[in-house]
Amino acid sequence: MSPQTASSTLAQQTPAGGGGLPRLLLPAGPASQTGDDLAAHLWRDGPVPDRGDAGALIGDVRAAGLTGRGGASFPVHRKLAAVAAARPGRAIVVGNAAEGEPASHKDEALLSAAPHLVLDGLQLAAEAVGARRAVLYIRADLRERTRLDAQMPERYASRLDRVAVEIVSAPARFLAGEESALASLVSGGRAVPRFTPPRVFERGVDGHPTLVQNVETLAQLALIARYGPGWFRALGTADEPGTMLCTLRQADGPASVAEAEIGTPLAGLLDLRAVSAVLVGGYHGAWLTAAQASALALSNAALRPAGAFTGAGVLAALPADRCGLVESARVVRYLALESAGQCGPCLNGLPSIAAALAELADGHPGPRVLADLSRWAGLVEARGACHHPDGTVRFVRSALSVFAAEAGQHQRGRCTAASHRPFLPVPAGPSTDADWS
Amino acid sequence: MTTASRGDLRVNPIACSGHGLCAELLPELISLDEWGYPLITGRPVPPGLVRQARRAVTDCPALALRLEPAQKKRRAGA
Repeated sequence: MSPQTASSTLAQQTPAGGGGLPRLLLPAGPASQTGDDLAAHLWRDGPVPDRGDAGALIGDVRAAGLTGRGGASFPVHRKLAAVAAARPGRAIVVGNAAEGEPASHKDEALLSAAPHLVLDGLQLAAEAVGARRAVLYIRADLRERTRLDAQMPERYASRLDRVAVEIVSAPARFLAGEESALASLVSGGRAVPRFTPPRVFERGVDGHPTLVQNVETLAQLALIARYGPGWFRALGTADEPGTMLCTLRQADGPASVAEAEIGTPLAGLLDLRAVSAVLVGGYHGAWLTAAQASALALSNAALRPAGAFTGAGVLAALPADRCGLVESARVVRYLALESAGQCGPCLNGLPSIAAALAELADGHPGPRVLADLSRWAGLVEARGACHHPDGTVRFVRSALSVFAAEAGQHQRGRCTAASHRPFLPVPAGPSTDADWS
Repeated sequence: MTTASRGDLRVNPIACSGHGLCAELLPELISLDEWGYPLITGRPVPPGLVRQARRAVTDCPALALRLEPAQKKRRAGA
């Protein structure tokens, strides 16, 4: 199922530096009629605004308040400064388009709609940290659905890039985009997380200080370099400025990708009628009741008190005729299969949790199922090398809380859902141990 | 580093294969979960237990246990 780009319906023809929305997912303008993405990009945004000096851009990014759009919302200028402090010429930059989250399509939409903005951002990031090597790390099937392999040589021919960009295919695994897993794969190993410290920004790809930024973050960076921090802050909230891409999943239509101003009410992004709950932030995120969601906005400040966070912008409105427990059990089974299997508590705990949740979802749970789930959740939390067990536990706990009434029904052998048609996407077929590279 | 210096015990969960020796050597601070992997209680290591903690670290067959200087703040997100 390929996503639809919501902005394609917007007939806005102003360059990105205008005051409105969208900023990233703009229609291409007249040059796009010829299918020439690079000409369209240059018409819209002009060439890469090289500074020749790292300091200015890092200061602008700091003033803009840009945070990472890959899910962790970490301040971008701090990562830039940490990698820039490495010995000159040693740093490596990586644009991350692993998009391992099955419910997210925003990186794909961005790389289809504005590939050159991402590639500009990669050049600017390389310049900012003094890197001589740049990598675009992209899920293999996404690489096939975009035109990057053709677009990259066009850029070389136009002499737009100072640093050559190497494309590396990422395996289609949930954890493939985790920074240390990414660093391992780009270094020639398997895409599995490693124990930290050292952190990737200290010792990453081939042992070099490595800046990893989500591709949307790079595109936002490229706009800040052009239009400045004041322009960037004209949208969003004071604490969380700018826009972010969201993957919206509603009823049973295809997912759509929209660029939203941070602070937008969730009810302005999703139709919450005939919806029982909303999954926010993806499969490491949290469920909210529809009533909670209708009162909250798209920002970490608004979502955090409810136990949720924006993550990489996944928003899924569960239709009222579905069972949230059945949906959650299917997702948690997938998450258990996506464990790298390196850490004992995750290797043992996630399958136990998945089995217990499946038992509850099937409507024939044993008497101890809720106590077991609660104990196992506590036993896997904060005990992995990466955040996979923590994220999975967050999802499970929110499911048990938001669907508590339904869990009570299931314990009596009843399910109130009218339909068991799957809603949340989970990749078909079990993952095998062979496809981590 | 002096013997009295306090520190945090930390398990490298990738290296740990659940031998359980650490829990035998340092039951005051380490117990095992239902799968046989160490659960660390008590943080930081009290001065009176630093010697046993060191022993647990050096005797771990997987070299998975570390005694780290007082807890540092975690940096840069994933």
